[in-house]
Amino acid sequence: MAFSNDEVLAGLAELITDETGISADEVALEKSFTDDLDIDSISMMTIVVNAEEKFGVTIPDEEVKNLKTVGDAVTFITTNQG
Amino acid sequence: MSTSTIRPALHQPTGPAHTRIYAYGAARGEKIVPNDDLVGPIDSSDEWIRQRTGIVTRTRANAETTAIELSTDAAAEAIARSGVDPADVDAVIVATISNPKQTPSVSAIVADRVGANPAAAYDVNAACAGFAYAVAQADALIRGGAAHYAVVVGAEKLSDVVDPTDRSISFLLGDGAGAVVIGPSDYAGIGPTIWGSDGSKSDAVGMNHTLVEFRDGLAPWPTLRQEGPTVFRWAVWEMVKVARQALEAAGVEASDLAAFVPHQANMRIIDEFAKQLGLPESVVIARDIETTGNTSAASIPLATHRLLEEHPEVSGGLALQIGFGAGLVFGAQVIVLP
Repeated sequence: MAFSNDEVLAGLAELITDETGISADEVALEKSFTDDLDIDSISMMTIVVNAEEKFGVTIPDEEVKNLKTVGDAVTFITTNQG
Repeated sequence: MSTSTIRPALHQPTGPAHTRIYAYGAARGEKIVPNDDLVGPIDSSDEWIRQRTGIVTRTRANAETTAIELSTDAAAEAIARSGVDPADVDAVIVATISNPKQTPSVSAIVADRVGANPAAAYDVNAACAGFAYAVAQADALIRGGAAHYAVVVGAEKLSDVVDPTDRSISFLLGDGAGAVVIGPSDYAGIGPTIWGSDGSKSDAVGMNHTLVEFRDGLAPWPTLRQEGPTVFRWAVWEMVKVARQALEAAGVEASDLAAFVPHQANMRIIDEFAKQLGLPESVVIARDIETTGNTSAASIPLATHRLLEEHPEVSGGLALQIGFGAGLVFGAQVIVLP
């Protein structure tokens, strides 16, 4: 089953809240993981691994560096889901 | 007549059915180095380091103290506590990656200094998995009849291979040595070792240059570096699988454990590892990293030594130990704590 952009955004927001305590309302497409949400590299990796499981995608380590914003992650997940 | 019929039959020894760890010894670097001493060159703060690593201080050795001195002190304590006559120790294995001299080995000198000369002695290079590798070897050597009593040491002076300006790993690292004496047992005291490697990820953590590049003026003094997020993912989600295999191979459940002693790489790894493993509250988790730092091969025996001092109730219980690091390499086994 393919997830829509909105579903991926909502799911990611849930994972981000679980890992960091950041309110899901603050998670928006244009937000930068590091600059706006203050998510460090270790939390980012935890979110990535949980997102892989939740959305059934593989996000390689070298790709994680390119995911600067929440929108980057939503796009990657929706275009790579199996 | 074939040669095989006239050849004399060789004797091939076998050893006792079981082994166990008799006792632990520990030696940490003399200096207690707080985060504030390291934050300048990496433009960081005490809070930043605590939040990302859980480290408050790390122990580092004085300039004149080498991995040999640290190993000797730790091994001597383990031997004294074990009650084994050092002259009966016939194998000394030191796991280390930070001996600045390729040869002779740390282990041969340590064997001599602790009174175990002429024990077989060699060093093991398996980074942060080195102690688990060496325990596996000592167990096999004794059960195979090649040794009677073995001293296994994990020892590092990592402060010789750090770059004060490196933000990836240097500020985590400490110096120390932890040791055990392993010998025959009338019960199974060391479970099956789950070990392996993945050289396809050799760039994820390790030395950034060779000594030859340094000699030729092509690179600065080699120091340790890591791809933190890559190592974090591997160290938690891949190593949880290895930890579960070690439990299964030993025939025990996570709820049977008294203690969990992962390599002290980073408190965030330890916390996430314990969460993924689903350890019950009753399992004591080693968190020596908070004040000792990451001491690579030394971290597991140092953490266990401290655990036995602070939680004597775990004595006689089961501990799951797992090392993982540069190679990449990993090793895990369930042991009975002395």
